[in-house]
Amino acid sequence: MTMPSVSRRTILAGAALAGALSQVRTAAAETTAVLTSATPTDVESLPRVKVKLVDPPFVHEHEQIATGGPKVVQFEMTIQEKKIKLDDSGAEIWASTFNGTVPGPLMVVHEGDYVELTLINAPTNELMHNIDFHSATGALGGGALTQVNPGEKTILRFKATKPGVFVYHCAPPGMVAWHVVSGMNGAIMVLPRDGLKGRDGEPVPYDKLYYIGEQDFYLPRDEKGNWKTYASPGESYEDTVAVMKTLTPTHVVFNGAVGALTGDNAMTAKVGDRVAFVHSQANRDTRPHLIGGHGNYVWATGKFNNPPELGLETWFIPGGTAGLMVYTFEQPGIYAYVNHNLIEAFELGAAAHVKVEGEWNDDLMKQILAPSA
Amino acid sequence: MHTPVTLLASAAIGVLSLSFWPAKAPGNLPQLVRLDPAPFSHRLDGDWQRDGGQVNAPIRSVQIPAPVEIMEMPVSTGDWMACVRDGACIAPGGPTDRPELPVTGVSWMDANAYAAWMTKRTGDTWRLPSDVEWAHAAAELFRDDALGVEADPANPAVLWLAEYNAEATRSRNLDREVRPVGSLNVNSLGVRDIGGAVWEWTSTCLRRVDVDGTGAVLREGETCGIYIAEGLHRAAINDFVRDPKSGGCSVGVPPANLGFRLVREAI
Repeated sequence: MTMPSVSRRTILAGAALAGALSQVRTAAAETTAVLTSATPTDVESLPRVKVKLVDPPFVHEHEQIATGGPKVVQFEMTIQEKKIKLDDSGAEIWASTFNGTVPGPLMVVHEGDYVELTLINAPTNELMHNIDFHSATGALGGGALTQVNPGEKTILRFKATKPGVFVYHCAPPGMVAWHVVSGMNGAIMVLPRDGLKGRDGEPVPYDKLYYIGEQDFYLPRDEKGNWKTYASPGESYEDTVAVMKTLTPTHVVFNGAVGALTGDNAMTAKVGDRVAFVHSQANRDTRPHLIGGHGNYVWATGKFNNPPELGLETWFIPGGTAGLMVYTFEQPGIYAYVNHNLIEAFELGAAAHVKVEGEWNDDLMKQILAPSA
Repeated sequence: MHTPVTLLASAAIGVLSLSFWPAKAPGNLPQLVRLDPAPFSHRLDGDWQRDGGQVNAPIRSVQIPAPVEIMEMPVSTGDWMACVRDGACIAPGGPTDRPELPVTGVSWMDANAYAAWMTKRTGDTWRLPSDVEWAHAAAELFRDDALGVEADPANPAVLWLAEYNAEATRSRNLDREVRPVGSLNVNSLGVRDIGGAVWEWTSTCLRRVDVDGTGAVLREGETCGIYIAEGLHRAAINDFVRDPKSGGCSVGVPPANLGFRLVREAI
């Protein structure tokens, strides 16, 4: 995977590095260098890269090992308030979304890069919004500098100083929780410049990257027990907050709806593929588990300056955190990727599937006696 | 029907409908379609396996053992609520404020309570249809749900992936709207509402059948407690389940809603 529009200057800088090892060392040296404070003049002279975001569970093209030094990586997101369907039972919600999806798109940069986000609040919206990046430093994660009313836009630049996967979310004063549980959150991945590393410094590259955003929803019901629907987000506010205060979600789903990552939309892989899963939950604790597989490398709290845990069955991601798991599929079949609170997975919706094709390995598993009397 | 008022009303309907209903019927009976034994080609129910691997159930010529009359339409919410008012049925899991919709959110046990109530009320024998009776009534609207993919003994995942893709296709085309009884479709026998958003309970227990390479049955065992529900595909559901949407397994597409229709044993 490569960055779509790498500037000529960056390519030249990359070409100057001889061999992978020296590249790693140089990247490490650069990382130290960029952590010293940069003056605005320095930033102005950095190469700029414009990234087109894509809808989850997919992720925009990116380099795993950075070519060259820090860049200014430009993103643009339009906030859209839209009614989305949560399941087939008539449950609908006025979602507030970054870029039209729940979760918002995964952004990928490298440590030391500058993230420059143009945030547009569509004129058709009703509410004021902003963005709080857990990966950013100062101003409530940027929230205090990005409050935009419908029809306005703002541009925020922050330096990605901490490597890891991080939640971002809307945090307007007085209404933070409501915006977050209306779907207004996503994640950013700040890769080490020399890529992901295991405990012994071994590279942990991935063949595929999926982004799973887990979301708890709190839908009001009428006196007959049917889902209530509303003509606008504002009209749903009071009822929704009342349900939120019960701390009992009516839905816990991946990527905005029950079954959003199943059936035709199931994730796919082949035996031998090393697949990375970013999993974010902006509000509530979760415990991902891959049924029939494992977490080979897991950064449950998502921060790459800590060594990954190895070979896990289930890992714990606290609310307000993004985590990363990397697994190499060893058997074909259908895998369920779930929140292993199985009530949340199978009754409330937090289940996804991975379709894996390839040759079966009898050594790993074989049916010796089929079910019989 | 125990009140004089209802009796009068029933009598009036009975007179109007004499040509359809047997004279001994006390009225307010559902419209019925008579099924007479006649051979037809049918994909058998159950889980079939060979050498430990799942295989498609065979297609056999079958026929119902005796004539029955089957409800033209599924039991409606209005019908069900009459049983609730009589104290013989409990409230369904589905909506109760739309009497014209088929009743949904009923378990196999609930459906049998309704059959017992009908039997007591009319003096005739009412029961759930068997898989073969239901298939006979569904006629050309019965869907062959065979996967068409045989297990690969060296790679069980081939079948799992094929099943998964078939289920994904099914759910893509799934019509989730529950429509008033009688309004979905009608087949050549005059039977209505086959294969919509409501699956219907049968009296057929889930069976597992082991066959050899020639298709000869080596062993057959039944699990009564899990019954076949008919619809766009056949599903095997525990008898106490009312809402199949939850209670599904980790992969696979469950039926959307559970309802039923009954047969009356021919008089």
